[in-house]
Amino acid sequence: MRVDPPISPVPLVACHECDLLQHDAPLQAGETARCARCGAELARNPPDSLDRTLAYTLTAAILYVLANAFPLMGLEMQGHHAEVTLFAAVRNLWQIGMQPVAALVFVTAQLFPLLEMLMILLVLLPLRLGCRSPRVAAFFRLVLSVQPWGMMEVFLLGMLVSLVKLAHSGSVILGTAFWATAALILVLTLAGRAFDRRLLWRVAAEPA
Amino acid sequence: MKPRLTARQAGLLSCHVCGQLAQAPEAAGPLRCPRCAAPLHLRKPASISTTWALLAAAALLYLPANLMPIMITTSLVSHQVDTIMSGVIFLWVDGQWPLAVVVFFASVVVPLLKILALAYLTASVQLRSRHRVMQRARLYRLVEFVGRWSMLDIYVITLLVALVQFRGFATVDTGPAALAFGAVVVLTMFAALTFDPRLIWDPLTDSETADD
Repeated sequence: MRVDPPISPVPLVACHECDLLQHDAPLQAGETARCARCGAELARNPPDSLDRTLAYTLTAAILYVLANAFPLMGLEMQGHHAEVTLFAAVRNLWQIGMQPVAALVFVTAQLFPLLEMLMILLVLLPLRLGCRSPRVAAFFRLVLSVQPWGMMEVFLLGMLVSLVKLAHSGSVILGTAFWATAALILVLTLAGRAFDRRLLWRVAAEPA
Repeated sequence: MKPRLTARQAGLLSCHVCGQLAQAPEAAGPLRCPRCAAPLHLRKPASISTTWALLAAAALLYLPANLMPIMITTSLVSHQVDTIMSGVIFLWVDGQWPLAVVVFFASVVVPLLKILALAYLTASVQLRSRHRVMQRARLYRLVEFVGRWSMLDIYVITLLVALVQFRGFATVDTGPAALAFGAVVVLTMFAALTFDPRLIWDPLTDSETADD
C-alpha cells in the first residue's frame, strides 16, 4: 500500500539544523520555540503577525520608492557638483565594463529587496482579505530563495564608509534617498520580526 | 530518558524550505514536498562535494581579490592605486580607526574566516567527526549570519566610482580586484547554502543506531 503525503497530522517538527524530532507545541503570543538539542529557532509566534507585517511591508514599499527615486548622496568639489542615485551608480558601473559587479549590486541592493517586498504583499494581502489559495506555499518558496540575497543593510554601511572616504575631497551632501534607505532598513527589520511563516504553511495545509 | 530520534531515523523527510514532514513512498523517484512543492531530500544532495568545489573556487579568487588593485584614484596632483588592505590602512592612518576596523573585518577577515570555517566544517563532516558538535553547529550559524557583510567594499566602490567623475581633476576607477572580490562573496554565500548543517549531527545518531 502506498502512503500518500501529507501523512497523519502528528504534532511533530524536525529541527531544520539537526533533524531532531520534537513536539510542535502551540506557542503563546511572543514566545519562541528552540530546538532541544542544538538551540536553533524552530518557531516564533509574533503577536498580530498578519496585520503588523502588512503595515510594515507597505511602509517599506513607500520608503523603497523614495530610496530609489532620489539621490543617495551628492559631492561638491571645487565648484563642481555631482549627485548619484542607486540606479545611476549601477548603470555607471555597467558602462565602464564592470558588468558582473554591476549586476551583483543591482540584484542585491535593488532588485531582490523589491521582489521580496512585492511577493510578501502579494501573499499577505489576499490572506488579509480572506482569500485562501493552496498554491500560496509554492509561491512563498520563491520569497525564501530570494531572501538571503537582499543586502540593503550592508549597502547602508557602504554609504557610510563612502561618506567618510569622500569627506576629504569636498563637501558631501546626504540625499533624501540616504535617509529613506536608513528608515527602510529599520522598517524591514520590524517586518521580519513581525512575520510568522507558519501562518502561510498552515493556510497552505488547509483544504481549499 | 527516551532515546532521541531524528526525522531520518523515523523514516521521515523534512522539507528544507517549509519544514513539512513527509513519508517517502516505496517507489522512490524525485519527490516533492506535499505542502510547498520544493524538491524533497533526506539531506541536501551532493552537499559535501558541491561545498568543496565552491570553496576551492572562492579560495583561489581570494588571492587576486586581495592582491590586485580594487580602486584607482586620480587627481591633479596624485595617482593612487589601492588594494583592499591599503584602503584599510588609509582609513586607519587618517584617524578613522573604527571604520578601518569595520572594513578590515568585512573585507579581509570575514571572507577568509568563512572559507576556513566552511572547509573545517565540511572536512569534519566528511570524516564523520563526533567531536565538538555543538560548537560546530554554532560556527555554521555564525558563518551564515556574518557572510553577507563582506559585500561592503563592492558597494563602496560602486558609490565612489559613480560620484567622483570630475573629468580632468578627480576621478575614481575600479580595479580588477572588484570582480574577483564580488565572485568570492557570491561563491562563499552559495557554499554556505549548499552545506547541510544536519550532516554535523548525523554521526551522533548513526552510532546510537549501530549500538542497538
